[in-house]
Amino acid sequence: MDSSDPAPSGEPDDRPTVPVQRSDQDAYLRVTDLRVRFDTEDGVVRAVDGVSFAVERGRTLGIVGESGSGKSVTSLAILGLHDAKRTTITGEISVGGRQLVGLADEEVRRLRGRDMAMIFQDPLSALHPYYTVGRQIAEAYRVHHPEASRREARQRTVDMLDRVGIPQPARRFDQYPHEFSGGMRQRAMIAMALVNDPALLIADEPTTALDVTVQAQILDLLADLQAEFHSAIILITHDLGVVGQVADEVLVMYGGRAVERGSVEQVLRTPQHPYTWGLLSSVPSLHGDADADLLPIRGNPPSLINLPPGCAFHPRCRYADRPGDRSRTEVPELRPAGPTGEAGSAGHLVACHLTAEERATLYAEDIASVGVAR
Amino acid sequence: MTDQPLLRVRGLTKHFPVRQGLRSTGLVQAVDGLDFDVQPGETLGLVGESGCGKTTTGRMLVRLLEPTAGSIEFAGRDITHAGRRELRPLRQDLQIIFQDPYASLNPRHTVGRIVAMPLQVNGIKPPGGIKARVQELLELVGLNPEHYNRYPHEFSGGQRQRIGIARALALRPKLIVADEPVSALDVSIQAQVVNLLRDLQRDLGLAFVFIAHDLAVVRHFCQRVAVMYLGRIVEIGDRADIYERPQHPYTRALLSAIPDVTRLGPGGRIRLSGDVPTPLDPPSGCRFRTRCWKAQDICATQEPALVPRDGGNQATACHFPEAVGASLLAEGAPAGDAAGAIVEEVSP
Amino acid sequence: MSLSPVEGVALAEIESSADAGGPAVKGVVGRSPGQLAWLRLRRDRTAMVSGVLLIFFMVLGLAAPLIEMVYGIGPREQFQNLLDGFGMPLGYAGGVTGEHWFGLEPGLGRDIFIRLIYGLRTSLFIAFAAALITATIGVVLGALAGYLGGWLDAVINWITDLTLAMPFLIIALALTPTITLRFYGERGQVSSAFGVGVLIGVFAIFGWTSTARLVRGQVIALREREFVEAAKASGAGLGHMLFRQLLPNIWAPILVSFSLAVPQFITSEAALSFIGVGLSDETPSFGRMIYRSLDFLQTDPAYVFFPGITIFALVFAFNLFGDALRDALDPKSSR
Repeated sequence: MDSSDPAPSGEPDDRPTVPVQRSDQDAYLRVTDLRVRFDTEDGVVRAVDGVSFAVERGRTLGIVGESGSGKSVTSLAILGLHDAKRTTITGEISVGGRQLVGLADEEVRRLRGRDMAMIFQDPLSALHPYYTVGRQIAEAYRVHHPEASRREARQRTVDMLDRVGIPQPARRFDQYPHEFSGGMRQRAMIAMALVNDPALLIADEPTTALDVTVQAQILDLLADLQAEFHSAIILITHDLGVVGQVADEVLVMYGGRAVERGSVEQVLRTPQHPYTWGLLSSVPSLHGDADADLLPIRGNPPSLINLPPGCAFHPRCRYADRPGDRSRTEVPELRPAGPTGEAGSAGHLVACHLTAEERATLYAEDIASVGVAR
Repeated sequence: MTDQPLLRVRGLTKHFPVRQGLRSTGLVQAVDGLDFDVQPGETLGLVGESGCGKTTTGRMLVRLLEPTAGSIEFAGRDITHAGRRELRPLRQDLQIIFQDPYASLNPRHTVGRIVAMPLQVNGIKPPGGIKARVQELLELVGLNPEHYNRYPHEFSGGQRQRIGIARALALRPKLIVADEPVSALDVSIQAQVVNLLRDLQRDLGLAFVFIAHDLAVVRHFCQRVAVMYLGRIVEIGDRADIYERPQHPYTRALLSAIPDVTRLGPGGRIRLSGDVPTPLDPPSGCRFRTRCWKAQDICATQEPALVPRDGGNQATACHFPEAVGASLLAEGAPAGDAAGAIVEEVSP
Repeated sequence: MSLSPVEGVALAEIESSADAGGPAVKGVVGRSPGQLAWLRLRRDRTAMVSGVLLIFFMVLGLAAPLIEMVYGIGPREQFQNLLDGFGMPLGYAGGVTGEHWFGLEPGLGRDIFIRLIYGLRTSLFIAFAAALITATIGVVLGALAGYLGGWLDAVINWITDLTLAMPFLIIALALTPTITLRFYGERGQVSSAFGVGVLIGVFAIFGWTSTARLVRGQVIALREREFVEAAKASGAGLGHMLFRQLLPNIWAPILVSFSLAVPQFITSEAALSFIGVGLSDETPSFGRMIYRSLDFLQTDPAYVFFPGITIFALVFAFNLFGDALRDALDPKSSR
């Protein structure tokens, strides 16, 4: 990824080919060339294949992808929650200046919960059914604050439950997960994740299992809490709408690789990768022509065991058959997206063989004309 | 054609008894008095959040569940309590597509057998043979007819959903109940299936009852939309009415809660507080009042009727409906007077 | 390249070509879940070894009359001339010779090898017959109870509980002699077919409960699945629901429970015959052989060794095979 590949035609060589964003320098979380492989019966799965990104405190990175894109594996690798026997991880994961890859399990465990925490998609399965919600949160606190007394831990938990908007927190402390509604459970999960004031919060599809009106509440809550605790958040989702609502930066993943990266305005307003175009134009919207057909991405998401050669997206890409196309043979590097000197494209990266000019023309002709993505 | 609706539902109700041991300790009022019609070839969307009773309604329409009260008329015949034999001739006209493409196909049957099942069960021998008909159906839904002998586990989620659609089409139905047909699929696959259903609907003149929680998908598929909340229809109308001139506060809240790619940053400004109350003990009067920012005393005592406004197709069950013409889309969200009264979700 | 209006066509093409590269790698013709299980079983060495052993035993049992012909000695032939004055077989290891491969019984002087072969035949016949009958009863009752629910479920559950509450051994002890007495009177010569029949009957009465419960649970879990509802929505009747939709999905646990029930019945038959309520001495059986051999444990250990080791190998192979079958059929191990 960091190779000094010749820049695509139309781009002078003085542009940095190594994707360095301003935030990369002082980011809280920095992931560089992360590769995660599993050995399975059917072969080696390259779940994540050379992904780099960085998140500052107080900022939110949205990782977008479909099933099998490697987005969840990335988060599990950061937290050290992968199955160590079957998994090989290379690359660098630096959290608050500490290098996590190669660190002993015990030390990663100590960081987990204190410096970084996770919110899962299904709070019911993430909470233990036989213990009260309060006890589970208090225990999570005391693991990292052994000096705290039971009373202090309880007080801290009640404060957190109150903070995430659970009414009557003192009474709710002694209730069991099944006595909470879906939205309340997710709030409790957030309280548990934040009880140790972590600097990095990873939310894996935190609202997928919730109703839209509750999803809106939870997303608001996450934004509020971020402003208050100044944490770095990674939000993993398949829903571009959710990303548009809360993220500052976006990373689009496909087949274990990053295909596009940039600020939320860049990626959603001037998307550069045909896959991102496809995602945007295939999502039904509340605006635009309701009678127009949606523009689906053809085919199916690839199997990570048997990734297509070259650009993993090429079998589904509308533009893969253009004359002189290299996408069947050559993996495209993640490069700066915009043509030279164009304002607003700094830090916008895309992994596509099409040139910036080609992309601009195709996008204007094919996608924007449909009037779905604006 | 419009003289007699294809499907006519009146006062449809389903209460599930909650038992502890042998004693009945309560009633889950899953669906409570629905009225709606579906014309031939029409698509009606049934939208709402979990627990609103939309799935239960769909199951009752195809008589997988027995209604507690009310009536269902299909093509002029009362099928509310019809037995299996009486339903037989109607089964061919009334089919269902399920949400979960994994659970809805028998893992031990080949695709051919799955799609042929409705034909065999009803003893139908199509001209040219069952296999030819099945392959024709597979082709119709965009699958390779050569895959007749494959098993479901060899297909992806989107392809499985196509198999389920082919099965539903096998008897050439007039009405299909589609229960969240795309919500279990990957984003890029959803659009394929929605487009397929739309093409089929147009080409075959099918009527649909399309059940979904996703208002955006419904907007792309349905001519009419009914919004449900806690077992009741709170608003029903043509697509343009519901999406551009919603009158019920819940419809407005639902619309504004949808994160939309075309609008960045925090979404609409209506934030409902809390979760949907339990259908075991729904609020008195208007069921939405506990989360409504407009609720007054009358809402707790008197249940609002689903009444048409201004003689149009749009009916709203609310004591204080939005004025007709107040467009939701004009400003992206209700501003000014409404915003002041909106219940703020997390108030420090 | 602008957007093609024939999107649906392009889509179908891509899907089929994607298939050619994806699932088709496994084989052009679709593989049924059963075929996949068979492939897994083939790869399992324990399963193959125990399976071959089982087939060997079954062939021995089936071919018993043939073996008798080749061997030249019948199960009831007595060789008193090869016993010493105390009735003990002459020679070493209980009289093992080229003529009598496993030696002779003390006392009566019957050939142990051919009795073992016939014992195997009896044992396997009883066990398979009992397992088949109990599986059938269990599947029918369990499927009906699970699928129809309501009062039928309650009644079948109640009968299951009642059956489980009956003490098997005591009733078998009390029942078998009573029935025999009723049919043959005080001094009648009990035919071996009758003894076998009674044993199978006793097993059938007591053995179906576990299968019924298993099937009932499986059916309840499947009943709410959408493919079952799809069949219902198409107007399928009870027969179609049970035998076309549900049963094919629970063959695996039924097969496993069947393969684990057979060795259970083999040991039960031996145990009952051992305590004298099963087969008479006339019918060759493991239980009777072991019972008789215990008197000669010290003087002729070879007598207990041969039937002991055979029944051990048989039951062990069955259990190993049953476990391997479970592993092969368990879909979780493949996903």
